[in-house]
Order: sequence, then structure tokens, then C-alpha cells
Amino acid sequence: MTALLSIQGVSRRFGGLQALTDVTFDLPPNQILGLIGPNGAGKTTLFNAINGVFPPNEGRVMFRGKDITGLPPYEVARLGMARTHQIVQPLNELTVRDNVMVGACFGRHNHGLAEARRVADEVMARVGLAPRADLLAGSLNVAQKKRLELARALAAQPHLLLLDEVLAGLNPTEIAEMVQTVRKIRDQGITILMIEHVMHAVMNLSDFIIVLDFGQVIARGTPKEVAESPKVIEAYFGDPKLAEQLKLSD
Amino acid sequence: MQQLSLLLTSLPDGILLGFVYGLAAMGLTLIWGVMNVINLSHGPIIALGMFGTFFLFIRLGLNPYFGLFVIALLGLLLGILIYAAAVHRVINAPHLSSLLATFSVNMIIIGLGTAIFTTSPYNVDFNMGSFQIGSVTLLGTRLIAALVAILYTGALYLFLYKTRPGKYIRAVANNRAAAELMGIPSTRILALSFGLGTMLAAVSGALIATFFPFNILSGGSYELKSFVIGVLGGLGNPIGALLGGLILGILEGIIPAFMETSWVPAIEFALFVAILLVRPTGLFGAKR
Amino acid sequence: MSNWRRHTSLILPVVVVAALVLWPAVTGKAANRESAFTILKAVALASSLNILLGYTGYVSFGHIVFYGFGGYVGFYLLSAQSWSLWPAMAAGGLAAGLLAFLLGKAILRLRGAYFALATIGINEALKAFINNFELFGGPTGMTLNFRVYQAYGGAAKALEMSFILVAALTLVAIVVSHVVRTSKFGLGLQAIRENEDAAEIMGVAAPNAKTWAYVLSAIVPGMVGALFFFKNGNIEPHDAFPLHASIELLVMVMLGGQGTVLGPILGAFAYQGMRGYLVTSDFFKDIQLSVSGVLLLLIVLFIPAGAIGLLRRRITPLRGVLA
Repeated sequence: MTALLSIQGVSRRFGGLQALTDVTFDLPPNQILGLIGPNGAGKTTLFNAINGVFPPNEGRVMFRGKDITGLPPYEVARLGMARTHQIVQPLNELTVRDNVMVGACFGRHNHGLAEARRVADEVMARVGLAPRADLLAGSLNVAQKKRLELARALAAQPHLLLLDEVLAGLNPTEIAEMVQTVRKIRDQGITILMIEHVMHAVMNLSDFIIVLDFGQVIARGTPKEVAESPKVIEAYFGDPKLAEQLKLSD
Repeated sequence: MQQLSLLLTSLPDGILLGFVYGLAAMGLTLIWGVMNVINLSHGPIIALGMFGTFFLFIRLGLNPYFGLFVIALLGLLLGILIYAAAVHRVINAPHLSSLLATFSVNMIIIGLGTAIFTTSPYNVDFNMGSFQIGSVTLLGTRLIAALVAILYTGALYLFLYKTRPGKYIRAVANNRAAAELMGIPSTRILALSFGLGTMLAAVSGALIATFFPFNILSGGSYELKSFVIGVLGGLGNPIGALLGGLILGILEGIIPAFMETSWVPAIEFALFVAILLVRPTGLFGAKR
Repeated sequence: MSNWRRHTSLILPVVVVAALVLWPAVTGKAANRESAFTILKAVALASSLNILLGYTGYVSFGHIVFYGFGGYVGFYLLSAQSWSLWPAMAAGGLAAGLLAFLLGKAILRLRGAYFALATIGINEALKAFINNFELFGGPTGMTLNFRVYQAYGGAAKALEMSFILVAALTLVAIVVSHVVRTSKFGLGLQAIRENEDAAEIMGVAAPNAKTWAYVLSAIVPGMVGALFFFKNGNIEPHDAFPLHASIELLVMVMLGGQGTVLGPILGAFAYQGMRGYLVTSDFFKDIQLSVSGVLLLLIVLFIPAGAIGLLRRRITPLRGVLA
């Protein structure tokens, strides 16, 4: 089976800072790929390079067999790639429903308003936002805003979902719920690339893991292989808490 | 040949005026740099500076250059007052709010000014003689105005880089939140910056009044020039404003030698838009 | 939202316009028709600006440039090329739309205050250019030969017709504003207003959407300009591109509430009404500008969402009606 997403030798510089160096990996359809690494390793930058926010300086991004390198984010979105943000970005003065409808209207299917509304209602029910549909997005709390991010991305009915730390800032119960939700999304046929710091969750969810450090891939493999990799432990050494988590999830 | 002699009279004039334009723009760009507010009351404050010279000189008989100190002080206080009354509440609001808030101050000043002074022209008949250098004649009032503008720029530079409140201003401009965490009283610093910005505007108006007739609406065209200069020099870069002013002055000195003077604003504003598009940080880049 | 409810928000605006049209006829005073013309014109311009300002979130400080440019193009065709009013108005609207399209491609890349500054620069640059443009009469502008009005049954009839036409254009502006707001296109614009980067990531083609919003917000002002200067009989750079009128439009939109259909209408009404009162009042006429300034300041500082925004926030059931 060919890869849904194929990252080929992607590099990205910001001035003198080399944020990504020769990143290469494939993501087969219907899998969950976990992207981990210390803070500042270039994970979010990689997302930005994939969906066109900051196109790579070198290398190619292939999505469903099409070269999407350098396409603006809105064209990438229409090809069926949706994304959530590490720092939530709700459209504050619009209602929750309108927020989700934006995802449906301008996502893969280019729905009209009526159909978008139907999709939005369905997605909101799925992520538990239905009771808040008519509130302004700005009035939600952080956990709800995280759900809103997810709902907007799902409403786009994407082939590929980029999740940037959807678990950060959630309490253990909320994390457990979100893990279930993510798994369900994959079971519905959406491929997932996720950045995550909550180790036990990402180790549990992922079929495959890529570890970034200083913009380079330092390890790749199944969760078990990665957890045992000396390079990874070294990379996390500066962050004993994370290193501890890495072992725990073993 | 005729062009050359025209150039010899208009270019030095333009350069001298350029310094004064630069001083006015410095006020605008300082405020922008510190608090990201475009001060639309800039023009009327320049006009108030002009009337300041008029009253101190004509009514009180004060020498205009001594009068500058009075006007500077009043400008500073007026600015702090405007900040407290109109700007402080909208400092973190979307741009439209601060634009409209300062525009309402513009309306208030212009309205009161029109009621008090009418819109007929005023004139400060002040003569400082002229200086002859070769075939170039420099009017004394303009020469002194340029020197005062340079002096103020130097003083502003020293203030911003060598004194504690100046350093606070730069810190707040750089990152208000971080500055507050360091214990810098940001509200007072913002008010002071706004005061300094209006002070510079008022002083430039006071200087312009020594050689041009004016009315309460005269500040408008200098406000627009300040936008152009501010963008030329990089919005938020007070020292760049002086260079921007000089460039504008030189342009105004050169253009009349080649085409109708009425083309000057068309070229200025086209340049303004072009620079916004190509180098929004200004020709010299914003020093923050 | 079922179909009929989607359009309830149009009822109030249409009633307002109808009342304005009938007011001079009912009172039988010609002066009232002048006032009504001014208010209708303000409603048309403010509603158009709202598409860019209220829905898309871009602060245009020089929106009057489209009114002036459309006015000039229309006037030139009327006076020098002997076109009749209809095609000249259409040409004015088209010219304004085209100008917005070209400008939009360039300056809509700028955000926030930089965009606002660029729009000021463009207004001033075009004014200064036309000041030197001999084809359009340079600084003295152009004057319409009185005979032109004969084709419409004389000056009085032409005035009457202009009044009906400005009302029609106002309705067009309101309907366009409503249609944009309730459309998918409008949802995209509002997403841009709230967070342009996030909107793009969700698939909103922001550069295109912004450009079309700009074009839509320019066409009616261009037509209104052509109509106004036809009625006025002459056109000069300072009348066509008054920067302060641009800012007054912003005030109107803000006063009523940006991003709503009704807001700019009420704002234009309130602002023009207030100006009309202050200018004629013995007590205020000398300092009317200052009084307007104080009122504006109070609104900006204390009810930044405008009157409609305030009502919508306070009284939830009104949201449908006051969209």
C-alpha cells in the first residue's frame, strides 16, 4: 500500500536557525503516527512545513500521491488535511456551531451551508460540544476549546488529521476520554499524525513513532523500540520527568 | 540652466524643512513604536503648537525660541492628558478602537479650535534675516528650525538610551508584558511616551509657525506627511524619522525643478504606498 | 435556520429605507428630501464599508476613494462623453470595483494598522493625481452643462429621479450586505476577521475572499459617487476624496455595530441625524465637531461593540432579528 503522506528530505531554516534538517518518513493510511521529541525539537515546525504555513526550503511533501510542497494552507486543507493547534485558535466572536461549520464548508467536501450545518451538528455531538453549539467560542474553557479545535478539524472530513498536543492541559479523566476519541477517529478511517508530550497516551495510541531532536529524526520505530532506544533516552535526559514517563510507558 | 537655479533655491529649503517634518514624524512614530497606536490627533496638536507660538509671541511678546520651552511643556502635559482620557482604555483593543479614539480627540480639538480661532489664516511675522552661501540663500527662521529639530532629536536619543525612564520606554516598546514583570510601571511609561510624542508634534508646529501662515486645519497636511515619513523611516523608529523627514524634504526640493509643484503629494503618497508594500519596516528597518 | 427566519433580519432595514423615501413626500418639504438623500447615501456607503470592516475585519481608512473614483469616472462619461446616467453609474461602479480588485491584490496582504495606513495613502495619492489630471479637469474639476438635465425632464425631475435612485442603491447595498452575511462566503470572511491564519488552515482561501469582499464593498460607493455628482452638477478633487468622510463612515459603522446588517444603517442614521441637529442648533453649531468628538470617544471607550452589538449581547432572543 502506498503512503498517504510522504515526507522526503524536508528542511526548513528561519534566518540562521536550522529548524528542520532532512526529515524523511512515510505515513501509511489508517495508522496513528506519534511525533515526539523535546521542546523546540521542530515538531510544530514540521506540521507547518507539511500543511503549507511555512513551506520547506528543501525537500518534498507528497499527500495522496500529489506533490503539495509550497501549496498555501487553504489548498492543502481542501485536499483533505486538517489540523488542530497546540495553542487553541477559536474564532472567538462566532458561535461554536459557526466555528465547526467553517471547517465543514471549506474542508475536503466544500459543503454548502445547509449540509455544513448537518455535519457540524453531528461532529459536535460526537465530541460532546452539542450543548454549547450556540455559545460564542470565546466563552468556552480551555478543555472545551481543545474539543472545538478537534471538532473543526473533523468537520472538514479529512483524509489526514494533524493533532498538535490535543492532550496538553487536560486532566487525567479528560485525557482518557480524548484518547478514546482519537482512537475512534482512526477507526472511522482517518489517518492521524500526532504531536504529543503525554507519553503513556502517545505510546498507547501510536502504531509507529518518530522522534525529533534539534530538527532531525533521531529514532523511529514501534513504541516499544523507541522507548528502548538509547538515543531517545539521551535526548530526553535533560528532562527527567519525560524520561521517567518514557520508562513508565514501557 | 533654469532648472539648476531653481534647484539651488528649492533644495536647501527642502532640506531645512525636512528636519522639521522629521521632528513632527518622530512624535508620531514614537507613539506607534511604544504602544502600536496611530495617533490621529497628531495634526491638530501640530496646529496647537502653531497657535502656541502665535500667542506667546504676538500676545505675550515672548521670543518664539524661548516660547518653545513653554510649548514643549504644555505639549507633554496635553499628551499625558489625552493618553489618560482617550487612549488608555483602548490600548489593548483592536486597532480600530485606538484609531477612532484618537480621531475623536482630533475632532474635539478641531471643533474647539474652529470655534475659537475660526479657520482664517494666522501669521507670525517673525524675521531672523537670511544667510547667503554662494548663490544659496537660507532663511534664518528655517535654519534655526532645522537646528532646533536636530537638537531635539539628539536630546530624544540621549533620553531614550541614557536615562532610566528612556530605557523603560524602550523596554515597554520591546515587550510590554515582560517589562511589567520586571516591575516597570507600564501605565506611567505609556503616558509619558504619549506625552513625548505630542510634545514633539507641538514643537514642530511651533517651529513651522515661524515661517508659514497657518490655521487650525493646517496640521492635517503635516500629519499626512508624518505618516509618509514614519513609514519611510520605519514606524516605531524615532531616529529613522529624522532621516525620513530629510528624504521627504529633499524630494520636495527636487521635484519642483522638474514638474509642477502640485505633483509633489501624488509622488509622496505613491511612494508611501509602495514602501508599505515592499518594505513595511521602512527603508532602514525598525530598531526596536 | 429555516429560510424565512434567515431573512427576518432584512425586514427592519427595508422598513427604515422605505420610511426615509416616504418622509419627504409625506411632509412635502424639499429640504427633507435633501436630508433624506444625505442619510440614504450614508447608509449605502456605511453598509458597503461594513462588508470589509465588519465582516472581514480590515479597517479601511480611505474607503471614500471608491466613491470619488466612481464619481469621477461617471462624471467624465456624463459630461465629456455625453453618456446617459444609467450607463455612467454602472461605469462608475465598475471602475470602483476594478480599482478595488487591483488594489486588493496589492494591499490586502498588509494587516492591521498597516492596511489602514495604506488606504489613507491611496486616497491621498489618487486625490493628488486627479488634481493634476487634465482630462478630469485638474484642480478645478468638471462642471455639468445644465442642458444635460433636460434629457430627464428638467433639473427638478432629475433631482427627484436621483433621490429614487439613491434609495434603490441603498437597498442594493443592504441586500448585498445581508446576502454576504448569510452566505458561505460571508462565513469565510468572518473566519478571516476572527483569525486569518486559522481560517486559512481550515481551508478559507483568504487572499481571494478578501479581494472579493473589497470589490463588493467598492461597487455601490462607486455608483453612489457617480449619482451624487450628477445631482451635484460639478466635481472637484476635494469634494470627491474627503479623508474625513472616510473616517465618518467608520464612525457610523462603529456607532451602530460592525459586522451586523442593521448596525451601519442605524449608525449612519444616528450620526447624520446628530450632525444635522448639532449644525442647526444655536447652542452647539460652533462646537458641533467637538460635541461629535466627545460622543464618539464615549462610544469607543464604553460601548465598542456599537449599539446593536450591545443589544445583541444583552438580549439573546434579539440575535435573530438584529443580525
